[in-house]
Amino acid sequence: MASEGLHEPLELLDEGIIDRHRAIASLIEEFDAIDWYDQRIHATKDASLKALLSRNRDEEKEHATMTLEWLRRRDPALDKQLRTFLFTTDPVTVVEDRAEAGKPSPKSLGGGPTTVRGTGSLGIGGLREVGK
Amino acid sequence: MNHLLRELAPIGAEGWAVIEDEARTRLKTYLAGRKLVDFTGPLGWEHSATELGRVDAVPAPFPEVTARRRRVLPLVELRAPFEIARTELDDAQRGAVDIDLAGLDQAVENIALAENRTIFHGFAEGGITGITEAASAPTVSVDATDLGLYPNIVAAAVNQLRMKGIEGPYGLAIEPAGYTAIIETTERGGYPLLDHLCEILGGPVVWAPGVTGAVVLSLRGGDFVLECGQDLSIGYRAHDGDTVSLYLEESISFRVLEPDAAVHIVAAP
Repeated sequence: MASEGLHEPLELLDEGIIDRHRAIASLIEEFDAIDWYDQRIHATKDASLKALLSRNRDEEKEHATMTLEWLRRRDPALDKQLRTFLFTTDPVTVVEDRAEAGKPSPKSLGGGPTTVRGTGSLGIGGLREVGK
Repeated sequence: MNHLLRELAPIGAEGWAVIEDEARTRLKTYLAGRKLVDFTGPLGWEHSATELGRVDAVPAPFPEVTARRRRVLPLVELRAPFEIARTELDDAQRGAVDIDLAGLDQAVENIALAENRTIFHGFAEGGITGITEAASAPTVSVDATDLGLYPNIVAAAVNQLRMKGIEGPYGLAIEPAGYTAIIETTERGGYPLLDHLCEILGGPVVWAPGVTGAVVLSLRGGDFVLECGQDLSIGYRAHDGDTVSLYLEESISFRVLEPDAAVHIVAAP
């Protein structure tokens, strides 16, 4: 058994699905750990334990992010959504409204409003449609 | 923070979005050259020169040694400043969509026409030779008042390109007055002149502000290259209590690799 989280017979699933399931299960565990750490950090009165748990919690965030990136590279739909929503500065619901209207929201990479990969470019590029 | 210093501008996310949407939309209307030539880049603000793959022999610094200097085409930086009232930006932040961006609109037109003129007619001070300057074919004169001649003139230009072995599809860049006259005109039988010209060319007729006359050119690729370091971007200059000073900027070079691939058409005097 790859995981108790499988909901279909193993013989009906391919290796790619199983690996994505492993990564998603791992991602859930990392975020669960972050949630547990948050509560324990808030509850403890011991400053040194609070600091230790905070450091451990933030390492879980690194693990979660690495796993999310692994998933993004294998899932074009997830990749599209992450590119739409991550690092935007508008309210998230506005980001969705703008995306549906074909107007991407400005993004903040490294502390400022930017357009294309943090360069400030308007992303005009080449405009030729014939003879490419 | 890069050299555009955008993070120093007192402009919120919604304000930037309004400015960028406006600039992007208008630039795509004006930038006629980019609709017809190859585009390479953006290669970054740090990219300073286009490699030409050629050398010039120069005197060597020591006997029994030869020396050659690599030839490159430096990129030119084009910049168009503009100002926006802070009250307008405040309104954008409140959700207003009818923001007065007249300064930006003029800057967009200025920098787009600068790019178009550089591509089609060159920029001597920047070391750039344009398409009409490089064209090997003699310039064709046409009576601009007789639009009925256009199909014959364009067909003759296309034939001239084919005779030199330049394949299509072809495109026509034409100054705004000529473009307007073409789209208003139907030939005998009611056939739109624009459609007839597109049929002859196998490609588009492009509204091209900044172009003098018209240019028929091949769109097969590999003949005309616009190389871009920094693509059109908006940067921050300064601000006071009333206005924010910004600018549009790009760094480009342009090369004609095949002088046989274009024909320039001008109005007869």
